[in-house]
Amino acid sequence: MTIRRGRGVAAVNYPTGMNLGGDPSQALVHSTPTGSFMVTLSSVDLGQGLKQVMAQICAETIGVSAEQVTIDTADTDTGPHCMGTFASRGTHRIGNAIIQAATEAKQVMLEVAAEELEVDAGDLETDGAGNIQVKGAPSKSISIFDTALAAHFKHGRSISGRGMFLIPRSYPETETGAMKPSTCYAHACTVAEVEVDDETGEVTVLTVKNVFEIGRALNPKMVEQQLVGGSWMGISHALYETTEPYYPNRDHGGTDFNQYLMPGPGDLADTEVVVLERPSADGPYGAKGPGEMCANPQIPAVANAIFDAVGVRVDHLPITPERILRALKAQQATT
Amino acid sequence: MIRLAKDYFADQRDDDLKQLGQGLQRSDVPGHVAGTTTYFADRTFPRMLYLKMVRSPHHHARIRSIDTSEAERHPGVARVLTHRDIPHNVYTILILIQIGPEDEQVLAADKVRWKGEAVVAVLADSERAANEAAAKVKIDYEILPAVFDIDEALKEGATLVNEYHGNNYYTYDSGSHRKVRFGDVEKGFAESDHILEQTYWSSPIEHAPTETTGCVVVPEGNDRFTCYTNTQAMFFTLDNTSIILQMPGHKLHFVGGTVGGGFGGKVDVTVEPIAILASRLTGRPVSFIYSREEEMQISSPRAAEKIIIKDGITKDGRILARKVTGYTDAGAYSRHSPYGAQKGAAHYPGPYTVPNVWIDTYCVYTNRTPSSAMRGFGVTIADFALEVQMDKLARLIDMDPLEFRFINAYRDGDMKAHRQPTEGAALIECMQEASKTANWPVADRFMRMSSYKAEA
Amino acid sequence: MTKKVPIQITLNGEERAEFVDSGATLLRALRDKFGDTSPKGGCHQGTCGACSVMIDGELHLSCLTLAEVCEGRAIETTAGLAKDGVLHPLQQAFLEGFAAQCGFCTPGMIMAAKALLDHTPSPTRDEVVEALSGNICRCTGYEPVIKAVLSAARANSQKVA
Repeated sequence: MTIRRGRGVAAVNYPTGMNLGGDPSQALVHSTPTGSFMVTLSSVDLGQGLKQVMAQICAETIGVSAEQVTIDTADTDTGPHCMGTFASRGTHRIGNAIIQAATEAKQVMLEVAAEELEVDAGDLETDGAGNIQVKGAPSKSISIFDTALAAHFKHGRSISGRGMFLIPRSYPETETGAMKPSTCYAHACTVAEVEVDDETGEVTVLTVKNVFEIGRALNPKMVEQQLVGGSWMGISHALYETTEPYYPNRDHGGTDFNQYLMPGPGDLADTEVVVLERPSADGPYGAKGPGEMCANPQIPAVANAIFDAVGVRVDHLPITPERILRALKAQQATT
Repeated sequence: MIRLAKDYFADQRDDDLKQLGQGLQRSDVPGHVAGTTTYFADRTFPRMLYLKMVRSPHHHARIRSIDTSEAERHPGVARVLTHRDIPHNVYTILILIQIGPEDEQVLAADKVRWKGEAVVAVLADSERAANEAAAKVKIDYEILPAVFDIDEALKEGATLVNEYHGNNYYTYDSGSHRKVRFGDVEKGFAESDHILEQTYWSSPIEHAPTETTGCVVVPEGNDRFTCYTNTQAMFFTLDNTSIILQMPGHKLHFVGGTVGGGFGGKVDVTVEPIAILASRLTGRPVSFIYSREEEMQISSPRAAEKIIIKDGITKDGRILARKVTGYTDAGAYSRHSPYGAQKGAAHYPGPYTVPNVWIDTYCVYTNRTPSSAMRGFGVTIADFALEVQMDKLARLIDMDPLEFRFINAYRDGDMKAHRQPTEGAALIECMQEASKTANWPVADRFMRMSSYKAEA
Repeated sequence: MTKKVPIQITLNGEERAEFVDSGATLLRALRDKFGDTSPKGGCHQGTCGACSVMIDGELHLSCLTLAEVCEGRAIETTAGLAKDGVLHPLQQAFLEGFAAQCGFCTPGMIMAAKALLDHTPSPTRDEVVEALSGNICRCTGYEPVIKAVLSAARANSQKVA
């Protein structure tokens, strides 16, 4: 028995958004009488943290703290249409809709503040701490709290805005395949290091070093959550997961977490994540969609590392110990 | 664990954000750690009924008869539903964006095309009663030959999986497959020093979220229905339900948005229409939640794929031609697979600039659980195949696999095979950082490259 | 109709009594009858750990436990951990460590971790890994969860010292 070590690399890109039938999402933003902001959506948070990142996008645009923004989603009686949470589209599409809605609401807010301060709305800015002030003369200011009260009870203005972001449908050209299938692309490069036991075919992933380019890390702690969890899923796909272990044979499919295999807390690779930010031209504050891309490069990187270790290729996912042993046996038979 | 490498693309960015760029605490996590976050199934209602689905034990069979009489007499059973109760029984989810034909039955009427297909829905006042009654449903099947293998399915005279398509593949406006044609691939092969053709496979993969797919429906006054659901797409599900039940959309009220993991597995419309119909017919709240076994074997997995890549390269490491034939095993029905196969066509030849490209992607029907979207839809398995192929090509010409990728990496302005100019490229910089982080040295000239700046 | 049986338990320190279906699991009883939905039903077959609770101070899977056998016993769930609005150190560590994403597995993870720390206040990483090995998470890749448990243990030991 020998434990053999190898490493492999893979580099990938990933499209943001689905564009088959057009890709729209809407957002509505309004202020309460005391200057809190509500964002109304019909978008779904699957656990990736959509609610938090949308609050931060709205807060950035209006110039308030994220705590002052409440995300109200997803109730079809109140929330305007969203295509859905998939295709790495959430941050990009919904974020853009929120920027548009928040910009419109902010404009009304500044107009009301301008009347209160008897200045031109174009000369006003938010200080990010709950106040609206004259550019270059911050002592002349009014709180957003007072501005919202004045809008409601004095001026009869609705501090609100509507946002709609649509990527129109692209029809692939039938003979050439010319099409615009998505908007911006995220990127990644992963190096994986493995040990392979050539007697049992077992693979241990020692390290994965992932470099991800995601446009803009809008919330770096949440980006870390997704990228680390995604990296784990990539390794899981490479070595463990399938509902049909002997595909195309339909038998032996796992029906619970004892039979459907994934790496547990004792099987983790030492994981490193480096994030690069090249802002996308059309993303909200430059963001792209990192949620799917982050689980892809580990799979070929691990496959290539296994080859580097034991000199056999398993070109069928998942790369199980059984498949590695069969490949090693076939290799021995020919040498 | 995370490091922001701010020195890359610093000239492309103003790092002047205030609320963004901050690792602020998530507003939902206090509820998560306190156990007070409300997921759809955390609601119970008086007189709630539990829906248990009776499913096909066969991969492919004709239904001769369905006898629900004994199940209906079982204590606690409120109603038993068959295809006769569904107003618009044949549907396909992408019909909302004009991707037909409708090819799947909500409850099977004449045939079942995969092991696990829904045939009869039993509603009872406890899960136990629903399970017991479901076991009393009698369905007489005539077993038909089944096809599981992509190659077998595409052979002349193969067993037809899905009559609504007429062939064992999805018919695009471009024919039996989606095509991308760029340059002259045969000329590229002729000019190459080496040709490598390899075949890659994957088996189906389950999303396996810890929270299974489901919904809870409550009848409101005024003939409206509130559906608490963990769908990933609220209006997509609402609008499909509207079609299947032939109910105007304003009668439907969907509430969701807090989901225990999705990964693409909760974009199909499989629980809401039947649960709302059951609620409408009984006037009672209805709970339809997949068991763990249903989540693992009944909910759509990531498709199995077969991918053949043929490359022509020069001995100094340039890819001159790449031909890819990709097959997506859709299982018995389309669901989102025609789109996945098309997305794959647009993804090849990967993040590399290749002057001659030929892509064919097929969406193939077999008698297995319908596959659908999953994290990396149309791309994940393509990347596995492409990047293993890249490794093989580099070794074929005795070149460092990372350097080989630098030579072929796409950069701003390069024309992609589907005729979009590359914008915002960053592959080179990712590889440069990987070279440093992983201590995998490459030649200086690669470390000086840029995705967007001309070389000095 | 399914026979109903009365059961009386101490739930997070409070005396409670309800009628439950005979044969109902503790998970069903807690969620549907006692109104505590912090234990989650991820598999109802004992393979995911999302339903983990403490019964008389020991960790149990409530989906595999009959409600009737809990008569007279003390049940603790994640919903009862915070005292006077102050989070338990484990809850605080999960929060600060970004150890929850979708959050569905989190209450079970926290109970499994609490069972460990109750017996082993200063665990090694291997002991934490072992304690969490019955809990499935699909989002985080486990590393943030392991770190959160270790960090809660450290915070606890500093408080004692």
